Amino acid sequence: MARLVVMGGGVSGHTAATFAKKWLGNDHEVVVVTPNSNWNWIPSNIWVGVGQMKKEDVVFPLAPVYAKAGIDYRQAKAVSIHPEGKEGSDKPFITIEYTGQGKEGQTEELEYDYLINATGPKLNFDATPGLGDGNGQLGPHTVSVCTADHAVHASSELKKVFEKAKTEKQKIVVGTGHGMCTCQGAAFEYIFNIEHEARKAGVRDNLDIQWISNESFLGDFGIGGLHIKRGGYAASSKLFAESLFVERGVNWTIGAHVKKVEEGRLEYIQLDGTEGEMEFDFAMLIPPFAGVGLKAYGKDGSDITDTIFAPNGFLKVDADYTPKPYEEWKASDWPRTYQNPTYKNIFACGIAFAPPHLISKPMSAPDGTPINPTPPRTGMPSGIIGKTVAKSIVDLIKHGEGAKLHEASMAEMGAACVASAGKGFKDGTAAALTVYPVVPDFEKYPGIGRDLDYTFGEIGLAGHWIKHILHYMFIYKAQLKPGWTLIPE
Amino acid sequence: MASVDHSIEKHVKAYEPSFETMVPTPFVKFMRTCILWQIIRFIIINIKMLLVVKKSH
Ligand SMILES: Cc1cc2nc3c(=O)[nH]c(=O)nc-3n(C[C@H](O)[C@H](O)[C@H](O)COP(=O)(O)OP(=O)(O)OC[C@H]3O[C@@H](n4cnc5c(N)ncnc54)[C@H](O)[C@@H]3O)c2cc1C
Repeated sequence: MARLVVMGGGVSGHTAATFAKKWLGNDHEVVVVTPNSNWNWIPSNIWVGVGQMKKEDVVFPLAPVYAKAGIDYRQAKAVSIHPEGKEGSDKPFITIEYTGQGKEGQTEELEYDYLINATGPKLNFDATPGLGDGNGQLGPHTVSVCTADHAVHASSELKKVFEKAKTEKQKIVVGTGHGMCTCQGAAFEYIFNIEHEARKAGVRDNLDIQWISNESFLGDFGIGGLHIKRGGYAASSKLFAESLFVERGVNWTIGAHVKKVEEGRLEYIQLDGTEGEMEFDFAMLIPPFAGVGLKAYGKDGSDITDTIFAPNGFLKVDADYTPKPYEEWKASDWPRTYQNPTYKNIFACGIAFAPPHLISKPMSAPDGTPINPTPPRTGMPSGIIGKTVAKSIVDLIKHGEGAKLHEASMAEMGAACVASAGKGFKDGTAAALTVYPVVPDFEKYPGIGRDLDYTFGEIGLAGHWIKHILHYMFIYKAQLKPGWTLIPE
Repeated sequence: MASVDHSIEKHVKAYEPSFETMVPTPFVKFMRTCILWQIIRFIIINIKMLLVVKKSH
């Protein structure tokens, strides 16, 4: 009997664990180690953050789902990986520290035959002074929508601002809180949902809504932008994004690294060296992401973290990490199997794998401050990679070490994404986007890097309906209800 | 029907970034929430997304 241990029960880890268990049956063990007791459909946190959904609408308890699936669930966080075992035993293991199940604080060694790192991002608020509290958590000056609890807090703070806006001007800032952030899409959704709710609440005229991001152009989204066929042209996402900002009266400041956040105020520097500050009554700034800080140790106890992990804390996989200039980046730099090159029984999926480089062009301010979006790994790629890695491991377990690994390169995979711009059955809108491939391939698609037949986008009510249906569909799928495997990632 | 949406005029100022991009006409804005049209778009967008999903799996 082989044991697969999955670290992280989020979008990609949950997908990997549930498919692996389905394919392996009771002949082998699947263990999920994750510190959260609930699964969270993160995209809908945006609606929690504007008071249009409750926390209970976007989360469900993991324990009964894993019990039904026959998955061994440990509510714990992984702390370290020991891929060579320890003195007296060659069996690889991880150490975990419980966060629930009545064993809070207890540590344990958990042996594995195969290991998946799907621990997602560390929300690195402390990278920007004042954005964090100094202990790795969200600081007191801004809000976040990255977790369901953050979104509940954001909603209550937003309510206060709307209340004040009934009688006085209020200033709202939304965007990225550091020059190296990803996830611009989430901030984009949040700013337009706030704008939509403000109109509904009759307080729009008293709100000054301002966007700040590290993108060098609006609509970069960390994927170097995209082109869409419209009116006989292949038009840049810049045009569509700017158009929406103008239409909804949202001013933008881009190419910006937030240097410091204080009560009601932030300081930033832009790509051309301009320094500025913004005042706000309410701000939601996405933090930069890093790996969750897992350590790795050799058999003799030596620290081999650098062997397994990239400096940003993400797990090294089969990518080409050779440093090279933007002009030399290739689609083939991107990983295909997500297998660690040193320890072949360790894989990564979702945000936890180390990308070979950015997707957007690297840029910096004259003083050297890097200001560029880092690569997003959104829900669909995270799910597909999770399932692909699960398939590979199942084959390795069933057919031995010679089994061929399955592949899912982000340079050969598309992504469908629906970005909400306001919730409402009749007056909601969302930008429905598909992009193929996620990582532009300038050799295959010279000039714009993408296949125009499979890359499209439009904003409208239909997009909102799709976003709302996806909310129910993905929660249904994650709960492993009848027919769950038929719902694509 | 006017070709410029006057509700967004207040956001557009000459020689500012808002002046250098496109803005939707009232017709385009109307169609975005026109139920009948959006039912058709719903079907089309779903088909387009499924094609990308199929190509990616
Ligand atoms: C506000 C917001 C809105 C978004 N909207 C969209 C959208 O509309 N569409 C879209 O495609 N994508 C969206 N995304 C991105 C999407 O949420 C991510 O792509 C996806 O969650 C990545 O999956 P993951 O499994 O890598 O990470 P996660 O889903 O974050 O899962 C990581 C898991 O690992 C656990 N973990 C952390 N540390 C440890 C540890 N030490 N040991 C064990 N487990 C650990 C965490 O608790 C978590 O359960 C959004 C993201 C945000 C923040």
